[in-house]
Amino acid sequence: MADTTTHTAHFNRARSAEESPVKRFFRATEIDTRLLGMVGAMLIIWIGFHLLSGGLFLTARNLWNLSVQTASIAVMATGMVLVIVTRNIDLSVGSILGFVGMIMGVLQAELLPQFLGFNHPATWIITLLAGLLLGAGIGALHGVIIAFLNVPSFIVTLGGLLVWRGATWFVTSGRTVAPMDSTFRLMGGGTEGSIGATASWIVGLIACVAIVASIIHSRKQRKRFGFPRRPIWAEYFLSTVGCALVLGAVAVANYYPWPTNIARKYADANGIAWPEGGLFIAHGIAIPVLIAILIGIIMTFIATRLRFGRYVFALGGNPEAAELAGIKTRWVTVRIFALMGMLCAVAAAISTARLNASTNAQGELDELYTIAAAVIGGTSLAGGMGTIAGAMLGALVMQSLQSGMVLLGIDSPLQRIVVGMVLVTAVWLDTVYRARAK
Amino acid sequence: MTEQRTPLVEMKNISISFGGIHAVDNASVDLYPGEVVALLGHNGAGKSTLIKILSGAYRRDAGEILINGEAADINNPRDAKKYGIETIYQTLAVADNVDAAANLYLGRELRTPWGTLDDVAMEAKAREVMGRLNPNFQRFKEPVKALSGGQRQSVAIARAILFNARILIMDEPTAALGPQETAQVGELIKQLKREGIGIFLISHDIHDVFDLADRVSVMKNGQVVGHARTEDVTKDEVLGMIIMGKVPAKAIPGPGAMQMA
Repeated sequence: MADTTTHTAHFNRARSAEESPVKRFFRATEIDTRLLGMVGAMLIIWIGFHLLSGGLFLTARNLWNLSVQTASIAVMATGMVLVIVTRNIDLSVGSILGFVGMIMGVLQAELLPQFLGFNHPATWIITLLAGLLLGAGIGALHGVIIAFLNVPSFIVTLGGLLVWRGATWFVTSGRTVAPMDSTFRLMGGGTEGSIGATASWIVGLIACVAIVASIIHSRKQRKRFGFPRRPIWAEYFLSTVGCALVLGAVAVANYYPWPTNIARKYADANGIAWPEGGLFIAHGIAIPVLIAILIGIIMTFIATRLRFGRYVFALGGNPEAAELAGIKTRWVTVRIFALMGMLCAVAAAISTARLNASTNAQGELDELYTIAAAVIGGTSLAGGMGTIAGAMLGALVMQSLQSGMVLLGIDSPLQRIVVGMVLVTAVWLDTVYRARAK
Repeated sequence: MTEQRTPLVEMKNISISFGGIHAVDNASVDLYPGEVVALLGHNGAGKSTLIKILSGAYRRDAGEILINGEAADINNPRDAKKYGIETIYQTLAVADNVDAAANLYLGRELRTPWGTLDDVAMEAKAREVMGRLNPNFQRFKEPVKALSGGQRQSVAIARAILFNARILIMDEPTAALGPQETAQVGELIKQLKREGIGIFLISHDIHDVFDLADRVSVMKNGQVVGHARTEDVTKDEVLGMIIMGKVPAKAIPGPGAMQMA
């Protein structure tokens, strides 16, 4: 016994001496190398498109647009992580988005104005709440059929894909509903739906404070219980990098000015003299991006800090063990799908607001992009593994590919071919990585 | 003697069938505080099924369960835990993808006043309990999947004793272990016994459990062959019960005993 102990200790010492500085660095900072690899891949994609497009990709304007375009899929991808972690799948998210979007469109453009008049300040909140409820209800219905009637989620949500797309058509017999309420529309971004330079800096600073505070808090907690802590330089490094990333992103958003004609109108309306060389009014962070980031934070909190999240991962890792541990696994499943439905409603709000219309085809194929984003982001289809941040990054990678190819003028059939191949390659690389990491 | 006291657990005339097959047929077993009862039989004899009824994983078709002499209503694993029944399953039943502390507290997480998971408190307690069971264990941050068979077993055992179990069920507790770890589990069983916990040990290998057990109950084809105190019988006699259903003179025959001509 004692002999084994000394032997192991010796082995550990030998191992840490052999470790390269790079390995020591990653162990000290506890950075997820997989996530880092994804960031690296994304940077390669960005720089590649930048060079190929003759300097069009890495501009404030394109990056700002990219962030807005990613928002809707990123929101749904956070929920898809939980669905896939529990070895389920949700093929219906695009159709739920379409249906909920159509209902919200009709509500704000046709029903509510009859009582409140057009552009009433309460319209958007009533519409959004109704949408969230409806989304949660649809998701819960799917969840109940999956958990209590034991129909595989693939089939239930494949049915949902058809049912809700068909239902979308029936709401208005295929007619597009427009325009949206003026406040509601802010959720879609654009010059109006961005928070401007000052507010963006404030958001950035709050985020920096939060990053530093959470690092200090976790260090204190570990100290209190006498657990091993990260070296102090690693804490400084993580705080610095975190804050630099946040402030860098804010700077980019603030570097993208309003288009000249909108700025001129604004100047005229407010009696500002039109200066030589144009007026620089920054967009700042777009509201849909803020919504997506907020959802990302909430979902990460749910997944890692709440009992529900713990159950989701336990259920994905070993359903039998979770059941035997006394977890009400069926209700967990219902709640996951209800949450997914709610996130579809948020995505529906963003995408209808951005389009300023509810259409019949809204969200078509979104289920595939959402699943692809989650899977590229490291969610294992075998269950039990996945992170919210990874899935959101996956959504950004998918959108970067799409918008880069648009910039290069690649035809849409070829775009799909490329996206399809990238998905398969990404998952293959991930499999190789995991096999080697074992 | 022990027989005069109220049994900690009494399972009376339990039956369960799956699709017409009588997995457990009119089986009765009992367990006293501070006692180790070995439940023996071939694979498929019905031991695991019988015990899963006690731990709430299966619902019985007939029969009754008494805990401390009172009828107990056990319909799911949560009910069983309420009666202080903890189970270490043959398959270990750990969630592979989360760490040791998360497994120890699975289904009974500690929470902060804000309702969030209190991971540090759970890890602290996990370090304490695991330190008692397996002082060499240091891998608290890794998913259980990365651990060795013995380490996983310690996690499963730690989970069972963490919540002041009164009745412990161990289904093939040493099947995945090396000799050293098996000895450790043996020590642990003796320690728990001294604390007055009643233990059901399930095994198809008599050598694993004979020295640890106070009594044996043998099952065959879903029926109880008989009960015996280990001091009254030899290993060979117990083997005869397991293989042929032949009940030795000092044992109490059950419904599954071979009919003597």
